[in-house]
Amino acid sequence: MKVSKTYPLKLNVNGEWKKAEVTPRETLLHVMRERLSHTEVKEGCGKGDCGACAVLLDGKPVNACLTLALQADGQRVVTLKGIGTPDKPHPLQESFIKKGAIQCGFCSAGMIVTAKGLLDKNPKPSREEIGKAISGNLCRCTGYKKIIEAIEEAALKLRRTKNDRR
Amino acid sequence: MKQWKKKATLIAGGTNVIPDLRARAIRPEVLIDISQLKGLSYIKEDKKKIHIGALTTVSELASSKIIQKWAPLLSEAANQLGNPLVRNRATIAGNLADGSPAADTAVPLLALEAIIVIQGGKEKQVPIHQFFVGPNQTVLKRDEMIKEVIVPKCNPNAKTAYFKLGLRNSMAVSVVSIAVLMEMEKTFCKKARIGCGAVAPKPIRAYRIEEMLENHELTERLLRACCETIGKEISPISDIRASKEYRTEMASVLLKRVMKRVTQ
Repeated sequence: MKVSKTYPLKLNVNGEWKKAEVTPRETLLHVMRERLSHTEVKEGCGKGDCGACAVLLDGKPVNACLTLALQADGQRVVTLKGIGTPDKPHPLQESFIKKGAIQCGFCSAGMIVTAKGLLDKNPKPSREEIGKAISGNLCRCTGYKKIIEAIEEAALKLRRTKNDRR
Repeated sequence: MKQWKKKATLIAGGTNVIPDLRARAIRPEVLIDISQLKGLSYIKEDKKKIHIGALTTVSELASSKIIQKWAPLLSEAANQLGNPLVRNRATIAGNLADGSPAADTAVPLLALEAIIVIQGGKEKQVPIHQFFVGPNQTVLKRDEMIKEVIVPKCNPNAKTAYFKLGLRNSMAVSVVSIAVLMEMEKTFCKKARIGCGAVAPKPIRAYRIEEMLENHELTERLLRACCETIGKEISPISDIRASKEYRTEMASVLLKRVMKRVTQ
């Protein structure tokens, strides 16, 4: 097989600029995991059916497996770790734990990233809107009910803290 | 494109190209990324038409107030294409240029009689019913790309309905999809346009049904006859999603449903 030429890539990952040398065919998913050690971006199907690899690309949830890394050059990527960490969890992460919306956990990273994309755009989504927003994220454990409840609860919490600050 | 000819593939949203690369269905030597051509991402309106830039994403189609108002068929279909993550990347031109017989934006655009603006050596306009040639084949030449899609504004009195049957509610490739646009005067049909997806080698117009409806009084009997005739107009195949027989049967059921919605 022909070895492809590599090109320099600059990505803003969770607020920090990172550099890598990548081939044109490498997906954003591959680069995040294998070159930048962001293994919180999960690989499920690798072809856009499962949503496990969801990241926010310039604020919008997309499948990292359906984006070439070089297409994201110069853009902002937010992963699960950019949303919150064990020391400083985001309300979404807290309510996912509290509500039991995580079982095996494989879909959770993509699920929370997608939910963050929704709440940034729509702070008060209905259950239906939540269901629709996560319809590109497969979960084979929970049956989605607890996930939807967790997102609803996090939205409420976020609205409250926002009102308190005023 | 001119320089690389057959060796190059254009990539924008990547939602078709990347799975195709992975499956080795395509083996380009060169990928030309056009996703950063921000000037090709717009939705504008003039008096009679909507102009949609090639790189407008399917999410943008679904949420555009202009499209919701003047071409609701298109926003309805866009809202059901793939899944939300895919819709944030997939572009209107990519969905059309891929040439899938099940292309979800093609079906409403057929009923709306859209025009595809192609940029190559020189610019040309092709009506969408002449754009598709066969499975994954369009009139696009190797050194051409879609620049814009022009959609005539829907008459505000026109009744429209879109129905997509997939195997599940989200992330479904259409098994059968139908878009109908009708202009009515009470129960008299003045104009009928019907687009169908996944029931022929390419997205098609149901001309025979249109003729049966146009300039006729809509009666129960006529509608029943239309639903019986649609089977003759389509030529579906059996694949992993559904059999030929099922598709034929469902095309008739879907036509009945969309007709019910527009005549109510």
